[in-house]
Formats: sequence, C-alpha cells, structure tokens
Amino acid sequence: MIFDIYSISSDINMENRSIVSIADYGKEKIQYLLDMATEFEAHPNRQILKGKVVATLFFEPSTRTRLSFETAANRLGARVIGFTDPKVTSSSKGETLKDTIKMVSNYADVIVMRHKLEGAALYASEVTNVPIINAGDGSNLHPSQTMLDLYSIYKTQGTLENLNIYMVGDLKYGRTVHSLLMSMRKYNPTFHFIAPKELEMPEEYKLYCQQNNIKYIEQQDFTEDTIADADILYMTRVQRERFTDLMEYERVKDAYILRADMLGKCKDNMKILHPLPRVNEIEYDVDDSKHAYYFEQARNGLYAREALICDVLGITLDDIKNDTSII
Amino acid sequence: MEQNKENMMVAALENGSVIDHIPTDKLFTVAQLLQLRDCKEEVVIANNLKSNVMNKKGLLKISGKFFNEEEISQLAVICPNIRLTVIKDYKVVEKREVLLPDTLTNIVKCANPVCITNNEPMKTVFYRKDKDTLKCRYCGKEQKLKDIKLK
Ligand SMILES: [Zn+2]
Repeated sequence: MIFDIYSISSDINMENRSIVSIADYGKEKIQYLLDMATEFEAHPNRQILKGKVVATLFFEPSTRTRLSFETAANRLGARVIGFTDPKVTSSSKGETLKDTIKMVSNYADVIVMRHKLEGAALYASEVTNVPIINAGDGSNLHPSQTMLDLYSIYKTQGTLENLNIYMVGDLKYGRTVHSLLMSMRKYNPTFHFIAPKELEMPEEYKLYCQQNNIKYIEQQDFTEDTIADADILYMTRVQRERFTDLMEYERVKDAYILRADMLGKCKDNMKILHPLPRVNEIEYDVDDSKHAYYFEQARNGLYAREALICDVLGITLDDIKNDTSII
Repeated sequence: MEQNKENMMVAALENGSVIDHIPTDKLFTVAQLLQLRDCKEEVVIANNLKSNVMNKKGLLKISGKFFNEEEISQLAVICPNIRLTVIKDYKVVEKREVLLPDTLTNIVKCANPVCITNNEPMKTVFYRKDKDTLKCRYCGKEQKLKDIKLK
C-alpha cells in the first residue's frame, strides 16, 4: 500500500504504486527514497527510463513544479507528454477527471498531475492502473515538495533525527509546513512555530504534535535571538490576501522578513529553506550567506522527483545502483 | 406500562419495520428521509413517548417496509443508536441497534466545496473517526455528525 494515510484502500487497485501522500511513510521508506535521490544526485543523467512516457497533467498551472518533473523525466531518458493549461484541454468542455485520466492512461506509463481540487489525485489513482504522482491537489497534499524538503534537511544535516526546525511566516495556510511537520514525526524533532497571530499553526496540527509526542514551541517574535538555536529555518510567504484584517497585515508584514544581520548568532550548520517563489520574506543580502540553501533546495527537487518517478514505475534502489545507462 | 404500549404497537404490525429510540427532535427528519409523506402503507408516527433509556423518544412503525443496508447507513448518520425491529408474520425476526458503520459509501456529502467529490460524478467515502466525527477519504476534511448532509 503506497498511500497509507488512507489505510482502507480501494478494492480496484491494490497493486497501484501511486504516490498520493507520503505523510504516513515510515522511516524505512523515507530513507529508501532519500538513498535513491542521493544516487540521482551523483548521476542525474541516465537512460533508465528510455522508452517510457511520462504524462504531466497540470489542470492547474504550476510552472516550477512542472519544469522540475519534466526535467526529471527528460534527464532519465523518458519522453514527456501533457498539458499545463486547462483551457486547451477538454476539461473545460466538461470532460470529467476520470475520462481524462482514462484517456491519458492509454498513452503514458506514469501520470504526474496537479489539480486545484482536493482529493483529485487519490481519485485519479482509483480509476486507472497507471501510477499517479500527486504534484499537488489544492491545499491538500504535495508529496514531492515534502520529499525534496526532507532530502534537503537530510543532506545538509546528515540526519533527520533530533533537529530544531523553525517554521516562520504563514503557518496557517502553508501546505508545505504541514506536510513537513507530519513527515518528521518519527525523527524526534523540536518545532518552533514563529507566526503572526492570524497565521499561526492551526489547532489540528498542534493536536497532531501532542498526539505524536512532537515537541513544539509557539512564538511571535522573529529575531536574531529567537532563531539562534535553529538547525533548519523554514521560511514561507506571508501573503496579503491571507489576512481578513488588513490593519493586522500592515502591522506584521515586515516582522517576518529574514535579513543577513539576523544570522550573527545562528548555529554553524543552520540552513535556510524556502519552498519558493519568495516575495520579500528573505532579503537579497541573505543569498550570499553560507546558510542560504533555498536555491539548492529547489535543485534537490530534481533528484527527489527522479526518485519518485522511478519508485512508482517499480524501479528499485538496486536497479539504480546497478544502472549501466548512466550518461 | 411503556413496555405494554410498545408491544401493542409492534404486535399490531404484520410485516414491516419499527424504528425505536429516535431522539424527539430527529423524528421528523427521519420521517422526511424515509419519505413517509408519500407512503401508501400503514404508518404510525409517535413522539414524546416515555422511555427508560432516553427520557423521551420518537418511534416509527412502517408497514411493508424493509430497509436495505444503504438506508440503514443513512439512518445511522441522521441519528445513531436507534433501534430497528423487523417484523414478519407478526413475529420479530430481527432486532438490532443501528450503529454508525466504519465506512460510509455514497451516503454523505462532503462539506468542502473544493473536494473532488463535489465536482466529479463519483461516490463519496467517509470513515468514522470517532462517535461523532466523519472524515472524507478524498480531501481528508473532518465533519461533525450533527452538521452532516446526506448525498
Ligand atoms: Zn471531501
């Protein structure tokens, strides 16, 4: 079973290798995928997917995610088909998601899909035998982002265990921080949630932490001192449209901006992550710091996605280690 | 006394179903769900009956009606812990407490407007999380039983 979070699987597709969510993956599976990504980082260009067709169906546009997946497929020798604008597809003519998925299933070996509706990827995985990779379903799940975050943390810290992870900014709507929080639960993290009152971590995730014995501290101050103990500083966008109270937005909008002069007391190993695109929450003077890691983090997305595509196609870590198609 | 009255009502039924232990404020919701207004068979609707278990209760007796599992699941969502008695030839052939099942397929509508189930011709699936919470299989959103809308 791949998507353990929905532990009662559909009867149709017990063999389906789709990746809809990784929130419930155990340590072993996570490590397996991290090891795969490590192999791909060492040798990102291969022909291991020669003859395969990867479909990227972006019912909702997301240029970054699509480019990353398509690059991953191309660098492994697969061909890519797909669409990115729903206006040019029959979805806008009223074709159901099921029909689109069924049609594309005739052509592709794996379907990477992004959709604005929550649960779309899970449903798609139930109507086809072609594996689905969820590239984001509304505000619900985005497992490849989580995987690249985990890989970035693992790579920079050498472990996922016992880390101080500081999440800053919009913790209410930030899907990436929620997914990361759940994926880290078995690694004994200590979270610091730094957010304005209106965008604080939702109750359900705090409850999740309590139920899973995850330590967390909430604070509103974002200063040189409050981040001194961080191993990972995970920054997110504070967007104007998220606020019901615009006075509140004006008051806090500059309070969650990271500047280079705030890094004086931070730990040597500390790395700054950000799901990108940034607006103004990380000053440009931070880019030159040794702690800045967000661009490398985006590149790690390539290796993480190479791993996910291979995993759903049944290509194992051993296959990748013994791969003779490296370019 | 109550027992006798109840026995009389049940005994009067040749073939059909009795739904007992309905919360008084849910009685007419249940009657509507079962479309009793259009029912041509003999129907008894009783409310505010004294009960040992629940202070006051409602009761429905429907001649010629036998519920399938889907209807029973709907009943369970509207009011859990009701008691269903099936009568054939004046005899009680089945008596059971209707409990909320672990999985509800195509019974409940998801309250999340951006859930795929509200935008695609498909069955909904809900899991029982605890005694008064359901969770959508697709969007993962949880809903309280009291706020649930049937599909
Ligand atoms: Zn839903």
